[in-house]
Amino acid sequence: MSNILEAHNIVKQYATHRALDNVSVSVPKGSIFGLLGPNGAGKTSLIRIITQITAPDEGYVLLDGQRLKPDHIEDIGYLPEERGLYKKMKVGEQLLYLAQLKGLSEKQAMEKLKIWFKKFDIKTWWNKSIEDLSKGMQQKIQFVATVMHEPKLIILDEPFSGFDPINANLIKDEILELRDRGTTIIFSTHRMESVEELCDHIALINKSKVILNGSKSEIKNQFKENSYAVSYQGTLESLPADFEIVSQKNIENNLNQVNIRLVGDASVNQLIGNLISQVELVSFHENIPSFNQIFIKAVGGEVPDEVSSVS
Amino acid sequence: MKNIFLVLKREYLVRVRKKSFIIMTFLTPILIAAFYGIIVWAAVGSFKNERKTIQVIDQSGLFKDKFKSDKNTTFEFINQPISEAQKKLKGKEGNLLVFIPANIMEQPKGLQIYSEKNIGPMLQGRIEKIVQQELRNIKLSKAGITQQVIEEANQNVDAQTFNLDDEGKTRSSSTMAAYVAGYAAAFLLYIFILIYGAGVMQGVMEEKSNRIIEVIISSVKPFHLMMGKILGVAAVGLTQFLLWGVLTFGVTSATQTLFGFNRFTATEEVLNQQTAQADPELKKEIEKSQSNTLKTINDFSASAQSLPLVQIFVCFLFYFLGGYLLYSSLYAAIGASVENQQEAGQFTFPIMLPIIAAIFFAQLAINQPDGSLAFWTSMIPFTSPVVMMARIPFGVPAWEIALSMVLLVLGFVGTTWLAARIYRVGILMYGKKVNYKELSKWIFYKG
Repeated sequence: MSNILEAHNIVKQYATHRALDNVSVSVPKGSIFGLLGPNGAGKTSLIRIITQITAPDEGYVLLDGQRLKPDHIEDIGYLPEERGLYKKMKVGEQLLYLAQLKGLSEKQAMEKLKIWFKKFDIKTWWNKSIEDLSKGMQQKIQFVATVMHEPKLIILDEPFSGFDPINANLIKDEILELRDRGTTIIFSTHRMESVEELCDHIALINKSKVILNGSKSEIKNQFKENSYAVSYQGTLESLPADFEIVSQKNIENNLNQVNIRLVGDASVNQLIGNLISQVELVSFHENIPSFNQIFIKAVGGEVPDEVSSVS
Repeated sequence: MKNIFLVLKREYLVRVRKKSFIIMTFLTPILIAAFYGIIVWAAVGSFKNERKTIQVIDQSGLFKDKFKSDKNTTFEFINQPISEAQKKLKGKEGNLLVFIPANIMEQPKGLQIYSEKNIGPMLQGRIEKIVQQELRNIKLSKAGITQQVIEEANQNVDAQTFNLDDEGKTRSSSTMAAYVAGYAAAFLLYIFILIYGAGVMQGVMEEKSNRIIEVIISSVKPFHLMMGKILGVAAVGLTQFLLWGVLTFGVTSATQTLFGFNRFTATEEVLNQQTAQADPELKKEIEKSQSNTLKTINDFSASAQSLPLVQIFVCFLFYFLGGYLLYSSLYAAIGASVENQQEAGQFTFPIMLPIIAAIFFAQLAINQPDGSLAFWTSMIPFTSPVVMMARIPFGVPAWEIALSMVLLVLGFVGTTWLAARIYRVGILMYGKKVNYKELSKWIFYKG
């Protein structure tokens, strides 16, 4: 799979603060790419370089194999975290204006807009002022403004904030549909459950540096601790030293749960062999870390005592 | 370039469609016309309504026939004790009582005027002047100077002024017309720069506080956005100026023809008939004063035509655009750097200072259009638009205008460059208190 976007060794320095320090990321074509990181890590700085709002001090960005140039503005759609539209302007006029700034002719823009207005069932909004719309409605308009010129690359910064669950789902379906049609989406968020759900690839930026970068499964594998969740009936006397019991608790009268970590070269089959000789197994599965845990662990905080599991 | 035009178009359409723009554009000429109408009405009214009767008690006996009645005032000599006359004055609004004591020759300050309301300084001056002149005449003839010499000595001087043009021909000029034109042009320019400069700042602040800026700026270069906005607002200003011009001319000439001059002549006729029957002496007097007024009006309009009107108009457009570009780019930079109106205040003040100074210099320049202060302030780009417009009706050498224009162009290229550097950084800066040190750092930021 080729990369639609490659950032090479980007450095961005503000007066006393280095916002990006030798940052390199690759975004595969047709993926949903999660750009993660704590507040102030440098995500917005990177996005602003990709959208050509600012220029890097060092390094370069390739879009579809070409160095970024002014024409590329038309290939990128950007939904900033801080939303905003001209409050007094009519919805239709405003979208036509923004579309023309992205290089569409008035006629093309009109055609595209008709499709979106039908899709979102908002035809009656055309002549309303933005300030007469609810916040969620404004967000919808802003989403349309981001995608209407059919860019190759869409950058969404916290796209679900401000949406109710119904509209959030609507937007999520749109994102997936865009991806299926070949559009690449860079998705910046703090909400790990949507990362879990949507992203194919992620990059994690912390303190101006990329600390994780890869496909979802690669990263999950990287953070696996070789630990397994076991529930059983009976009494577990002891296990060989290769199997470390991390935690143990009684769930019901006769039902217990333990987390066991494999140490050294011990295999899963050996563990199961040891277990079935002592207790009645009810369930057995590997502990796969959630992105929430990965995020906190990678950024250097305390991992909460929470185990999400994939059966 | 295409984007500058798109921004310009949006800016223009949004502003021109605003209610405040439409109201201002149509109301102002009506206000001007109404103002003009009031003046005409007042002028006409003064012929008809404001007749005053002035009673004179002349104990000295020196002033018989010296107070002459005219169209506004009737003098009436009475022979009554002053206390009685004072009583009669009660309830007669506008009537006056003049008391001249017997010893007026020795005590010129003994002249007394009574009325229910304060009398205007004009009327007071007129009465004082008559008494003063008569006293002087009497004293002069006592000193052996004949009446004839005195009359010959009283001559009115009214200078005619001429401008020498390049070929050495003379054309008559009126300092008064140049004065009015210069002041009007300078003041209009001053108002336009202030209003529309502040308009640009408002627009930029709106985009920033709306947070739409980040969307726009990912499609348009900050410089293009800034220029589009500045030029869009300039187009709004020119539209308003032209509409004002057309509407004011239309409405004013309509008022003039409809009731202004018609009424003026009508009243005149009525008055002429009345006075002709009453007093042929008086009629002559009135005709004389009317022809004088008429002469002044004719003189003024003739000399207004002698002004270089095309030059004034072209220069006005140039200096409006130049001065506006110079200042509005600075206003744009401020709008981009601050987050609210209060913060904006501390930065707008230093910018308004030279504009206000300019209107002050313009007043000085009108009184001395060729002075060195006028010259230098009409060269410095920050004051030149306003001051030069004040000077041009008086005639300014072509090289001075050319030099001032070139300097102005350099000036606004400079401020626009500076403003663009600040704008592009400030527009995306939130939650940071800016000061001048910070701003100067932004100028040198890369990329």
